[in-house]
This record gives sequence, structure tokens and C-alpha cells, in this order.
Amino acid sequence: MNELVTSRAKAAVRARTSRRGFRVLAVEALGPLTVLGGIVWAFAQPYRVTFFYPEGKGFWDWAVQPPLLVVLVGLVFALVVAPGIVDDLEGAERGDAPKG
Amino acid sequence: MLPRAEIAHWLFAAGFLFFGLVVLSEAIVGSTVFRQRRWRAYLWPSLALAAGFWLWFIAIFSTFSTLHLLAHSVWAQAATAAGAVQLAVIRGRLHSSYWSLVTAGALFVSGASFLVHEQNGWLFARSAFLHHLIGWTLVISSLFPLGAAFLPRRAIWAYGFAIAWIAVAVMLFADRDIAPIFGHLSDLAGGGSR
Repeated sequence: MNELVTSRAKAAVRARTSRRGFRVLAVEALGPLTVLGGIVWAFAQPYRVTFFYPEGKGFWDWAVQPPLLVVLVGLVFALVVAPGIVDDLEGAERGDAPKG
Repeated sequence: MLPRAEIAHWLFAAGFLFFGLVVLSEAIVGSTVFRQRRWRAYLWPSLALAAGFWLWFIAIFSTFSTLHLLAHSVWAQAATAAGAVQLAVIRGRLHSSYWSLVTAGALFVSGASFLVHEQNGWLFARSAFLHHLIGWTLVISSLFPLGAAFLPRRAIWAYGFAIAWIAVAVMLFADRDIAPIFGHLSDLAGGGSR
């Protein structure tokens, strides 16, 4: 293998590593960005959070508060779904077997 | 104690947002990596089937108008069909990429159902505006699974499909039973009972 081929191979590995890094970052960011969206919404429209305006509210108003639902979805994705995807993405690069 | 319509819409919005995040993450990492864990592979069809189940539930209990009953039944049928076909794809019973046409058809029919059952104009009230907007979003979004059926290797279809669901979630979160849209609210909104 001559020097030129070695250099191209290294460049390809670097590009692959960079793409993988971006994908890991993107998947890890989805949950926190969603949580952030919910928090920003809660401050932008506090009247949509029953905790801030509790007068005269019924069961469903307490159970379903849209900005808090967004935060909940972001948390579930960040804590339950994203970590496994990141593990598998890194494992695929190392050549690990699927975890089932 | 049945919830108001807007409450049910927000719950569906949360489900669609989660669904959108799941399919977006699959688009980012690719199906091979995403489906390494079986439970993750089954998320897409499970969520679609669950949505279908709940839409049937709503169709049964939301009996205030025949038009709404029919619309909810169409959405329920579409979600159930798309979820069932995707389940068979994940199980390895179906292999052809053309099965994605079922999802495309489900989206198109669901969007058309939104457009057909909204009898008022765009600026009648916020809910009318959102019916039109969600309807057209779903109709246009049907192009993504359509593209995936004929050009399955292109990642853009998966990204478009995911972003469409996140957009639908945002629209559903914006829904209120009676609220203005861009300062417009018809006197007849809410059955003229305001």
C-alpha cells in the first residue's frame, strides 16, 4: 500500500468518524432540545400550565398540561430510547454483536 | 368524565411528538442500527396500532356529530392498517418496499378526511385553520412514504416523514376548542353559544 492510498484510507476513516460523531450528537440532542422546547413554551404561555393558574381547573386540566407533556416526551426519549441507540451506533463501528 | 376535545388532541400530540422523535432518530442512525434491538424495531408499528386503537375508542365515544364519527373512524382505520403492515414488515412477513404505499395511502386518506370534514373556511376559528393545515400537511406528507416505496435508499423520505409528524404534533398542541386564529374568530364558532 503506497503513501497516497494510506492517506486516502485515513481520510475516509476520519470522515466516517466525523459522520458518526454528528449522528451521536444529533440523537443525544433530540431529547434535551424537546425538553427545552417545553420549558420555553411554559414560560412563553404560562396560562397553559395549570400549576401557574390553578383556579377553577378540573381533573383533566391538571392531568394534561401541554408544555409539561412536551417536557415528559423529551425526557422519555432522552432516558429510554436515545442511550440504546447511541450504544448501538458506537457498537456497530466497533463491530460488536447486536444486543437483542 | 370525558375530557374536552382539545385535551384528547393534546394527548395525541404528545404521542405524535414521541413517534416523530423515534422515526427521526431512525432516520439519523439508519434502520440497520436502529433495529438492532427488537423492542425499538417494534416501536413504530406499536405506536401506530395504539393510535388506531385510541382513535376507535374516540370514534365510539365522540358521538356529537356523524361527520366527526366518520372522520375519526377513517383515521383509526388508516392508523391500524399502516401499523399492521409495518408490523408484518418488521416481523419479516413482508419484504417489498412497495408496502410503504400502504403508509402513503393512510396519510393521504387521513389528510383528505381532515379537509373533507372541515366545513368552515381557514379563518373561521383556530380549530378550522388547524383542520385545513393538518389536512394539507398529511396529504403532502404522503409523498414521503410514496418516495420510499420507489426509491427506498434515499434518506430524505425518512427525514421528511419524521419531521411531518413533529409538525403535526405542534399543530395539535396549538389546538383549542374555541380560540381565534390571527385575530379572526367567527361569531358562529362553538355553535354560536359563546
